[in-house]
Amino acid sequence: MLEAIQSALSFLPDGLVTLLIILLKIFALLLPLLGAVAYLTLAERKVIGYIQIRIGPNRVGPRGLLQPIADAVKLMFKETILPTNANLFLFILGPILTIGPAMAAWAVVPFDDGLVIADIDASLLYILAMTSLGVYGVIIAGWASNSKYAFLGAMRSAAQIVSYEIAMGFALVGVLLAAGSLDLGEIVNAQQGSVIQWFMWPLLPLFLIYFISGLAETNRAPFDVAEGESEIVAGFHVEYSAMTFSVFFLAEYANIILISLLTATMFLGGWLSPFEGILPESMLTGGGLGLLLGSGIHWLLLKTAFFMFLFLWIRATYPRYRYDQIMRLGWKVFIPITIVWLMVVAAMVVGNVGPWFD
Amino acid sequence: MEQTIFYIFSTILVLSAGAVITVRNPVFAALFLVLAFFTSAAIWILLEAEFLALTLVLVYVGAVMVLFLFVVMMLDINLTVLREGFARYLPVGLLVAVIMVAQLVYIVGPARFGLDKFPAPPPRDADYSNTREIGLVLYTEYLLAFELAAVILVVAIIAAIALTLRKRIKTNFMKPEEQVLVKSKDRVRLVKMATEKQDD
Repeated sequence: MLEAIQSALSFLPDGLVTLLIILLKIFALLLPLLGAVAYLTLAERKVIGYIQIRIGPNRVGPRGLLQPIADAVKLMFKETILPTNANLFLFILGPILTIGPAMAAWAVVPFDDGLVIADIDASLLYILAMTSLGVYGVIIAGWASNSKYAFLGAMRSAAQIVSYEIAMGFALVGVLLAAGSLDLGEIVNAQQGSVIQWFMWPLLPLFLIYFISGLAETNRAPFDVAEGESEIVAGFHVEYSAMTFSVFFLAEYANIILISLLTATMFLGGWLSPFEGILPESMLTGGGLGLLLGSGIHWLLLKTAFFMFLFLWIRATYPRYRYDQIMRLGWKVFIPITIVWLMVVAAMVVGNVGPWFD
Repeated sequence: MEQTIFYIFSTILVLSAGAVITVRNPVFAALFLVLAFFTSAAIWILLEAEFLALTLVLVYVGAVMVLFLFVVMMLDINLTVLREGFARYLPVGLLVAVIMVAQLVYIVGPARFGLDKFPAPPPRDADYSNTREIGLVLYTEYLLAFELAAVILVVAIIAAIALTLRKRIKTNFMKPEEQVLVKSKDRVRLVKMATEKQDD
């Protein structure tokens, strides 16, 4: 398909064709992503509804399926309120700086063997760098709003994100030690073989810590002290309305999907089929059933959906952490565990411990 | 093409670096410093040094500058007080500036620096791993320097902890590990008493 587009555009100069193709790829990624974000909000309300023995939204469209569209239309046509004494430039920059990195990180995510926008060598590092930029949006929004609640939310969030980034980074160091590569595609390929080969087994503590730090990094319950609606109203985005607010919302949900997808990619074998090594090779290749049972993007999406459900499940189940407990968990529990397990992983790699590193 | 990109980024870099020291608001100064770091990371990417560039973004932009902003936002800086000693400190400042410029010119002046001395590195293949190369060099040729840096960092961490670790006797903090082990009989004591006769 790409070649067809390329030849259809051949009357344009070469550089422009490359640019157009890159833009097309970005659109092909971002449109489904934004759709997924919209329907994740509906899924969240439905799932939490059923957990709390309610029905959840069911008025707009059949079984409430058009609710995200109604929400989007409402948010678009509401008035954007700009606080009088706020720093307007930074006030607008805040949401942009939140959504920018949240979208940019997707550039290196591999969906299938070779199905990636930018196949760069240090993609793991790139993801870590991009997700670490998201905190600026929160801090700037909180400061520029000129509101005490917003500022408190920003301060809490800054401290929390910086603390959990360390544990997250160490967990990723474990992954790169095990895979011997910073390339997400190669990390997945290093888990080939069978379910036992997936990195969640040799890296079990890092896997759990990565996912929990992901909860904290995305400011989700039970780590949502940055919003803390019962304490500081809505935290850093208390002054935001309409589209500026929904941009924060989009970024948060895009980050949830990203963290879920990365957890699936790095610890659960990404697009690899769980039937590898169990069913005979002939059933996993070829058309028909082979397409379904064999490796492919559908397994990645399924695994991602599982982690996204975990995000919602956890939110509906656990009460919010107290701030000092969050700091204690991050610094005194997670970081020591990751450091110890890094040494274990290094020893396993050096000692060729089977069945993962032989 | 590459040159155009380089000039765009270096213009942004120079302008934002200038803005760091000229803008009034310290929060804006910190944000311009973030922009300066980010653009220099972009220039390093142009040089195919992706590991250094991404580490710069990760460490300096993602962590150090966040803490900087954190502190700067909490400070209530009075600019007039800050500018009081400007004339008095000017000679010292100028002296330091002149020495620094002289050092810079000595190192990166035309005698030692330039395209003829450091030609642009030849472009590598697509699968060339900058990270692996740095790791290999760091853990073989420069192992001693690397380990020394690690030791200094550990000492700094221990010093930072030792400086801030003080036991305040008067604060009532809770110990979660004791809290979870608490039994009802630790908190409530049920006492059986004979009923007393009420006085009329």
